Amino acid sequence: MIPVCPTTALPPGEATRIEADEPIAVFNVDGEFYAIDDTCTHQDASLADGWLDGCSVECPLHASCFDLRTGKVSGPPAKTPVRTHRVVVQDGMVYVQPGTTGDGVA
Amino acid sequence: MSSTIAVVGASLAGLSAARALREQSYDGRIVVVGDEVHAPYDRPPLSKEFLAGTASLEDIALGAPDDEDLGLEWRLHTTAVGLDHPSRSVLLHDGSTIRADGVVLATGARARRLPGSEGLDGVHVLRSLDDAIALREDLAAAGRLVVIGAGFIGAEVAATARTLGLEVTVVETQPVPLAGPLGADMGVVCAGLHADHGTRLLLGTGVAGLVGTGRVEAVELTDGTRLPADVVVVGIGAVPNIGWLARSGVALGNGVLTDARCATNIPGVVAVGDCAATWSAAAERHVRIEHWTNALEQPATAVATLLGAGGPAPTPVPYFWSDQYGARIQFAGSRREGDVARVVEGSCADRSFLVVYERDGRPVAVLGMNQPRLFTRWRRQLRAAVPAGS
Ligand SMILES: Cc1cc2nc3c(=O)[nH]c(=O)nc-3n(C[C@H](O)[C@H](O)[C@H](O)COP(=O)(O)OP(=O)(O)OC[C@H]3O[C@@H](n4cnc5c(N)ncnc54)[C@H](O)[C@@H]3O)c2cc1C
Ligand SMILES: NC(=O)c1ccc[n+]([C@@H]2O[C@H](COP(=O)([O-])OP(=O)(O)OC[C@H]3O[C@@H](n4cnc5c(N)ncnc54)[C@H](O)[C@@H]3O)[C@@H](O)[C@H]2O)c1
Ligand code: FES
Repeated sequence: MIPVCPTTALPPGEATRIEADEPIAVFNVDGEFYAIDDTCTHQDASLADGWLDGCSVECPLHASCFDLRTGKVSGPPAKTPVRTHRVVVQDGMVYVQPGTTGDGVA
Repeated sequence: MSSTIAVVGASLAGLSAARALREQSYDGRIVVVGDEVHAPYDRPPLSKEFLAGTASLEDIALGAPDDEDLGLEWRLHTTAVGLDHPSRSVLLHDGSTIRADGVVLATGARARRLPGSEGLDGVHVLRSLDDAIALREDLAAAGRLVVIGAGFIGAEVAATARTLGLEVTVVETQPVPLAGPLGADMGVVCAGLHADHGTRLLLGTGVAGLVGTGRVEAVELTDGTRLPADVVVVGIGAVPNIGWLARSGVALGNGVLTDARCATNIPGVVAVGDCAATWSAAAERHVRIEHWTNALEQPATAVATLLGAGGPAPTPVPYFWSDQYGARIQFAGSRREGDVARVVEGSCADRSFLVVYERDGRPVAVLGMNQPRLFTRWRRQLRAAVPAGS
């Protein structure tokens, strides 16, 4: 598991990027934490820099939206989903387990 | 008999129109006519990743797996040569016609050519996939590149060519590049990227002609200087593809003239993307936007108009991005002469900043370099601030 930050360092509506084999973006949506691959599946943009709207994030470059729970993309230009990763909160710390999917897709 | 809608132009705006038709529940026949042999592909990578060789043809395909379900009738490698408006028929180069109940004009734009450059090897424009493939091949064997025009094409091609190891000179007639879209102050800042990365930029300089027999050898400037060149890229602007509509009765200006909801003067005919000059209430004139996001988003409005759905005219906040020398430039809003540019974050010297353009103290546009997160917030704010129907 990769430590991300204390829960207090990632308030609701905020996102952060962590370095892993593939960078991972971690979001706080009203107290729930989600993690997905940080790099958009369309071109080279960091989704942690995107616009958070409910449980989806809009890519900062060409506005494809990804569902944080499932990784699914809402519409063009991106064609493929992002991977989701499991987030664990323990003793006030946020951790990500890369390669393990979150709740949505198996 | 079920109805037919013809979409002319099989690129971003045309494909987006076809998708929008199905999204808006049109279940008739959709015929998409395009003069290129290729299925729709994305143009922005042609000057960036595709030219650099880091993106493949598959990477830049616009079609998505879901598009299979749209039931589109593709007529690729087919040029539309006219529009007969009484019968609303699209005339094709092979003499056949498509009779349609609605027509979406999405023929985009083409690269303006330098007079006198015809038939000289080594001289390129960059608009299509075939252009990009030819340029990529030529760059691979070249040492010295001269780029004519320091607009978007010029800046992006120069940047890509530097990563490929070429020696690059850019020649621009204006004293400041990109002053039109960004204003002179910010044009100077963005142009600074060239010097940062070892590209020579010659401003306020015209081109007298190209030198060479069979193949280009040099570019001659109006002051007599000769710039030796193995390859020349001409990036001096784009012209809308509207010649085929000359006798159609469709009102033309600098593009197909439409109202704010993309309707032309001919009922049942709408225009979108780079070929369309759309009425802007804010600018009080027709504006032809030559950027990707407009071609992606505008078709939803045009299709609603075509299908007879009412509603207020949209008030888009125009957006474009450009990647140059690893710097990401993003711009949103509508800038005019006299707007004041203010740095609100970072610094121009660091090539990481956010600039807000203000008119009467109100933000009207925003420019970011390597500031995607902050830029996104400002862009949202601008969108929220635009009153509907204005
Ligand atoms: C190299 C390059 C890089 C770019 N980079 C960026 C960028 O970074 N950011 C950005 O915002 N924008 C960028 N753009 C601009 C963006 O690509 C265009 O705004 C967009 O492609 C416009 O889409 P369109 O469908 O309206 O027109 P086009 O893409 O021009 O497509 C029109 C299509 O219609 C076809 N056609 C024309 N006439 C006929 C006819 N008579 N019959 C049948 N078919 C016809 C054309 O061949 C073409 O396939 C770039 C453009 C280029 C060329
Ligand atoms: N990032 C982007 O948004 C992007 C990237 C590439 C292309 N495009 C689009 O592609 C089209 C073509 O791009 P472009 O860069 O050719 O057009 P442009 O209009 O952006 O720039 C043309 C430049 O060439 C200069 N120029 C004109 N005639 C000249 C001459 N004879 N000698 C020297 N300089 C001369 C102009 O002053 C201007 O600076 C445009 O529609 C553009 O919007 C957009
Ligand atoms: S890079 Fe994310 S939508 Fe294009």
